[in-house]
Amino acid sequence: MARMKFLCDSERCIECNGCVTACKNENDVPWGVNRRRVVTLGDGEPGEKSISVACMHCSDAPCAAVCPVDCFYTTDDGIVLHDKDICIGCGYCSYACPFGAPQFPKNEAFGVRGKMDKCTFCAGGPEQDNSEAEREKYGRNRVSEGKLPLCAEMCATKALLAGDGDEVADIFRERTMKRSTRPDTWGWDVAYKDGSDDF
Amino acid sequence: MTSKRQRPKWLALFFGGVLILTAPLSLNLVLGSSPAGAEAEGEKAAADAPENPRSEYWGAVRHGVSGYSAVTGPEANVLIQSSGQTWRELRNGPASTIGAWLMAAVLLALGLLQIFKGTWKLDHRTGKTIPRWSVFDRVIHWGLALTFIALALTGLGLLFGRYVLMPLMGKEAFGALSAVSKPVHDYISPFFIVFLLLTLAAWMKHNIPKAHDWEWLKKVGGYLTHEHAPAGFINAGEKVWYWFLILGGIAVVVSGLFMLTPNFDWTRSTMQLSSIVHIASGIGLISFSFVHMFMSTIGNEGTFEAMVSGDVDERWAELHHDVWYDELMAERGSSGAKTESTAG
Repeated sequence: MARMKFLCDSERCIECNGCVTACKNENDVPWGVNRRRVVTLGDGEPGEKSISVACMHCSDAPCAAVCPVDCFYTTDDGIVLHDKDICIGCGYCSYACPFGAPQFPKNEAFGVRGKMDKCTFCAGGPEQDNSEAEREKYGRNRVSEGKLPLCAEMCATKALLAGDGDEVADIFRERTMKRSTRPDTWGWDVAYKDGSDDF
Repeated sequence: MTSKRQRPKWLALFFGGVLILTAPLSLNLVLGSSPAGAEAEGEKAAADAPENPRSEYWGAVRHGVSGYSAVTGPEANVLIQSSGQTWRELRNGPASTIGAWLMAAVLLALGLLQIFKGTWKLDHRTGKTIPRWSVFDRVIHWGLALTFIALALTGLGLLFGRYVLMPLMGKEAFGALSAVSKPVHDYISPFFIVFLLLTLAAWMKHNIPKAHDWEWLKKVGGYLTHEHAPAGFINAGEKVWYWFLILGGIAVVVSGLFMLTPNFDWTRSTMQLSSIVHIASGIGLISFSFVHMFMSTIGNEGTFEAMVSGDVDERWAELHHDVWYDELMAERGSSGAKTESTAG
């Protein structure tokens, strides 16, 4: 069984926001709600880096852990989904999520937020696959059709990868080797701060 | 690096919030900014490690550095916030477990008191009554009591319902119940705030500590021995409840107001801190309210009627509030003729 993952290659992301637009269009996401966003660090400075971020479909999802009504569930593919019929719009998932994935259609006094909305990995929700009810509440269910999330499919530079974790990792490893660089995360001088450079 | 994100010192904030129950939210601002020393250290480390600058880069991301995002929204430009994990562990951990044990311990203690000492009965009733609470006093008391109970039940449902009610009711039914209890909690809260402020303001004059209160506290009000301890209009235990209501009330109201107004785009760390303070102060108030409810109903004969009819039996006043009773009698003695004429 696959374990679905997103990976954004910061060496390739050009901050075109195509993934954001593709997601909004494919899923008919309401105004003001963005399931995916691109964040640029050091914007305008040499070496600026952009990352596309959405729900990362955590194994031990913090949103699910703090949900007062336990509306989250994880599919066999490791995709974290939620049931909007149960969601009460308390906002706790958005306090707990490291990535700012949970979004709310409203943001009003007296804690009025509406039902939480987030990236579904284009896998819909608990309703019948590809039903009208599912499309209205959660957007398109591409995974049931054997397709990957549209954000990654549309990515012009193939910075954003989505799919089974092993395959995504293989692609990224190959790229890293071809670039003759090491992965950009952490690195020797952080992992072995007190050690020597003998490795 | 465009900016240094605020990093709340969570442990310090937690202990401040939970132990004192009233940690003002401004602590977030005081303790939240990262010390200058740590920043300088970070920059020095970055300068020492030019080989892979990106490693520092992603380390900073892990610690909540912010950038630019074309997508607008509160904190949309932050890639990762770590304090959510701390909040999750505090909320699902100590805040819930200590809270549950505290409430259980209070209920157990009251149950034991009732089993071993029983209701503190009046030895006799004179049949003559003394006015104790005016209509206004009773209205604000019951307004506060009913809104408090509604908030307590719905609040406890949101914190513990998933573990207590959901296994009994099923996910759908509990979700439907919570979909009602959440807005009920939100919309009742302004009424609670009004009643709380009215009550605290109206009754402050009764709750100034006096010398004899110390005697009362030393005897624990006589509840363990059923020997009466000196008390004025309000006894020392009730005064402690009053001042606890002021402190806990401020904490629960201020933290609640943050969570009630997401439209002001509070940061997530503010919401997390508010949630923990809200749970701690809420459970503190609920635990104390058990004592109050017990003492004023089955714990003491003749107390509950004071808040219903507004009058108490003279014997009750003489036994439980002797200082007040003596004052009343002295007053009555000096203007005895007048009192008798109105009574007649």
